[in-house]
Amino acid sequence: MNGKPKLALYWACSCGGCDVALLDTGAKILELAGRYEIVLWPILVDAKEHSVEGMADASIDLCLFNGAIKNENDERMARLLRAKSKVLVSLGACSQLGGVLGLANLTRTAEMLETVYLKAPGLDNPEGTLPMKRTKVPEGELGLPGLLEKVRGLPAVVPVDYVVPGCPPEPARLVEVIDALLAGNLPPKGAVLGASEKALCSTCTRQRRGLKVERFTRRYRLDAPDENLCFLEQGLLCLGPVTRSGCGEACLKSNMPCRGCYGPTSGVLDAGGAMVGVLASLMAQDSPEAVAEAVAGLDDPAGMNYLFSVASSLLREAR
Amino acid sequence: MKLVGFLCNWCSYEASMGAGGRRLPIPSDIVFVRVMCSGMVNPQAVLAAFADGADGVLILGCHPGSCHYVDGNLQAQRRVGLIRALLKDYGVNPERLGLDWASASEGERFAQLVQEFHARMVALGPQTQPLVLGEPPVEGVL
Repeated sequence: MNGKPKLALYWACSCGGCDVALLDTGAKILELAGRYEIVLWPILVDAKEHSVEGMADASIDLCLFNGAIKNENDERMARLLRAKSKVLVSLGACSQLGGVLGLANLTRTAEMLETVYLKAPGLDNPEGTLPMKRTKVPEGELGLPGLLEKVRGLPAVVPVDYVVPGCPPEPARLVEVIDALLAGNLPPKGAVLGASEKALCSTCTRQRRGLKVERFTRRYRLDAPDENLCFLEQGLLCLGPVTRSGCGEACLKSNMPCRGCYGPTSGVLDAGGAMVGVLASLMAQDSPEAVAEAVAGLDDPAGMNYLFSVASSLLREAR
Repeated sequence: MKLVGFLCNWCSYEASMGAGGRRLPIPSDIVFVRVMCSGMVNPQAVLAAFADGADGVLILGCHPGSCHYVDGNLQAQRRVGLIRALLKDYGVNPERLGLDWASASEGERFAQLVQEFHARMVALGPQTQPLVLGEPPVEGVL
């Protein structure tokens, strides 16, 4: 209408953190809003999903899509926005890898619904109400989109042009991405924006001493890990060896090990598989019994090693 | 059955040559991959084998204490323990990943280990990858 290029922002199965990270870019977001006409942004503008349906194919110049694909509507919007957008950017860990939501893939959907709505501690649901696809109310019938069998990332559903990792993406890196988008200064399609090609260990300043680990533990069980020493050598699972650097290392600076939200480096096929190599080299155990005991002592092996990447792991179709 | 076996260059691969030379029966539905050491079998390669439809993966190395690279087989032992933990969380029977040892002169032991592993996998049946939602608790739920 006003001759500006069109921008769409959408959240699928998402916590809203990516939108908050975009707002945290401060004045940069105003620059983006000044340059583009925002045709869709559920958290901020009034446009509705159906207004996108009426648009011509490839009429949106840029779409930033965050959140995983968890229900039928997420998938419908992913396909719709792919068709309507010239450039589709997958924003954040959920969109890139399935994110934390992908952990649902380690459980059957029926089991998950039962736990969440009927069994979880602290529930107040005496009538055992469950979310239904169709619900009759005095005014008519209400509908909810059905859950899909598996949580997936956006690239597993439609082709994407760029990926911006992070949970959420660091605002400082988002500013760089927005600047590159505004300047039309983009790398070849398929590139990862706003992150480094190197692993987090390559920029981590913590010291390694070549120690072996008798037992892995969790951060909350330790009062205070040494701030100058490698987390792994202190027995804490840190996904730094397999995770992209470029996040600004907020976790490491707060004395928290890396959880892998920036996703595997391009050389890593499967975060958990690569971490097995790392952990095996650190473990001191030499006998089958000692190995079995050490492994049995690990809390939630898949959940910890694939915190953000179950939905894009090699075994994603296994369960 | 679709099975994959990783054999180390110095012991278990030599053992397989011995088994072959003596015409010992080896199940035909296992594909062997020769690697320099059991300790260099990348865990991602094991997971990729399962992702590509393998029903079982068997890693055979030198006996503990006899590794050509001193302790590569012990590294393999730790890796296998950890991979099994991941398999379990994903609902794959951890016994589908086997680890054992055969020295260069143990052709018969090699044939026996492979036959036994094959029989265990046949008993477990194919590693199906069920994409099922499970039973919905009530009709019409999400």
